[in-house]
Amino acid sequence: MKLIEAIIKPFKLDEVKDALNEIGIEGITVSEVKGFGRQKGHTELYRGAEYVVDFIPKVKIEIAVADELVAKVVNAIEQTAKTGRIGDGKIFVMPLDDAVRIRTGEKGDEAI
Amino acid sequence: MMSEDAAETKRSLSSRVMVPFAKLLLAACLLAAPIAAQAEDKAAPAAPATAAAHAAPAAAPAAVAAPAAAVAAPATPAAPKNVDPVLNTGDTAWMLVSSALVLFMTPGLALFYGGMVRSKNVLSTMMHSLVAMGIVGVQWVVIGYSLSFGPDLGHGLLGNLSKVLLHGLVTFGKDGLPVYALFQNVPTEPGAIPEFVFSMYQCMFAMITVALVSGALAERVKFSAYCIFVLAWTTLVYDPLAHWVWMSDGWLAKMGALDFAGGTVVHLSSGFSALVILYFLGKRRGFPNERMAPHSLPLTLIGVGILWFGWFGFNAGSAIVGPNCSDASGGLAGLAFTTTMVAPAMAGLTWMIAEWIHAGKPSALGFGSGVVAGLVIITPAAGFVQPGAAIIMGIIGGLVCYGGVMMKAKLSYDDSLDAFGVHGIGGTTGAILTGVFATVGATGLTSGNVKQLVTQLVAVGSAAAYAVVLTFVIGFVIHKTIGFRVEKEDEIMGLDQTQHSESAYN
Repeated sequence: MKLIEAIIKPFKLDEVKDALNEIGIEGITVSEVKGFGRQKGHTELYRGAEYVVDFIPKVKIEIAVADELVAKVVNAIEQTAKTGRIGDGKIFVMPLDDAVRIRTGEKGDEAI
Repeated sequence: MMSEDAAETKRSLSSRVMVPFAKLLLAACLLAAPIAAQAEDKAAPAAPATAAAHAAPAAAPAAVAAPAAAVAAPATPAAPKNVDPVLNTGDTAWMLVSSALVLFMTPGLALFYGGMVRSKNVLSTMMHSLVAMGIVGVQWVVIGYSLSFGPDLGHGLLGNLSKVLLHGLVTFGKDGLPVYALFQNVPTEPGAIPEFVFSMYQCMFAMITVALVSGALAERVKFSAYCIFVLAWTTLVYDPLAHWVWMSDGWLAKMGALDFAGGTVVHLSSGFSALVILYFLGKRRGFPNERMAPHSLPLTLIGVGILWFGWFGFNAGSAIVGPNCSDASGGLAGLAFTTTMVAPAMAGLTWMIAEWIHAGKPSALGFGSGVVAGLVIITPAAGFVQPGAAIIMGIIGGLVCYGGVMMKAKLSYDDSLDAFGVHGIGGTTGAILTGVFATVGATGLTSGNVKQLVTQLVAVGSAAAYAVVLTFVIGFVIHKTIGFRVEKEDEIMGLDQTQHSESAYN
């Protein structure tokens, strides 16, 4: 089992979700996050007062998947979240020791 | 182009005035020459009340002498006769609507200011405007109207206390039926509205003026101190200034100072007073390094719209005190309505373009600020200038106020929401420019009347000096007693929670 964490541009979320649905992913967790990478921030100007916005809004997706699905999922996210411009985000893949479905008590691959 | 326009107006004005004038002179000579001559001996033309008593009835239609514009009154043997006021229901209806329009500006201001602060201070900022409606609403009925528009105490400085609690605005005749006092702007014309309506109209001005000051104090002023300030400032600064400029025996009115709807009384006074209070209050914690961006510009832009809407009552309604104007809902109101439309439109565009060139992008806040700057600058001039001049004033207003706001960023004093940058600077510029562009009911520099410009400068200087000195005294007393500022922790937590135990967004 792996945990896949992807940071993407917020407006790409729907496309990514649809692509994941298509390959049979049954659950994802989404959060609104802020951060910076190579894209850096931008400046805002209000009546002459200039503010640098360092942290840009992004969306973080977390998906727990069985090992055999990892490549497909990473590929789906990569293809759909890509604009080709700076700030498209990152995908992290990390090992996952276990999972439990709280309602039934199922464990491991069966729980996800 | 302007000078041509101005000259043309002057010509048409003089021909309009001269023809009936000649007829009148003839009639007066034939019918009432002996009496009129006697009257001329007895009374100066500036005091039509005494002269008119002896004049022939034929002189009545020539309403030339009005208290607010003694300049316009030529010496004539047939001085106009004073007439009893007659209720004009059309004017009354318009003034009732105007009063409500001006009232609506204050919640508009609450939105305008509320959107520009951080989300932790939005309720406190809106409350500054709303509580002014409460405090001034009561103060005006109890004492404010009497101090502003009561009979003069002497030297045109302040009204007396004879109209405390609006005393005398309704009396009871022998039959026990109520008799409502009437407000008549021109003594020689019958047109009048109930004095209740006039006093309520003026009340709304007092409310919004002190609320304008709150823009400079936002995000750090202690609510209790603010409430005391509102009461003291309205009583000691606003009420006398309103008397000076708008009461027929106020000293600036007698001098011929032009202020159609409140450039000096409302905007200049609130703007300069804001600057004085800043001296005691100091900057917001973290200014200018911490991010203090507006939390909701949509609120601010709705506020701009409501202010503009209400401003039609503010300016067009002010025809009720226009010089020589006995129709509150006539042509003069139409002119003021027009200039109140076009000057802010031009000023919004000017600010937007200036910002586009200077800072790179045309911002929504910039356009909205420009509209308000245009409204401020046209306020003293609304019924004195023609639409062409209003467009020029809009351009000047947009540029000057944009400069004023930029200057704040450079000098780094913390006028949070630019009460001085927009109202102080815009009000002053507008009051001075009224003395330049006036062609309707008065003449300014472009019509060759240098004296009017000098009068405007005197009015601006004395109103600013009075507001600064009195506000300094009020500020000093509050500063030394309860203090203006909230505690450091309270300021960081936000005024909504610490001053009002509420939060805006849950």
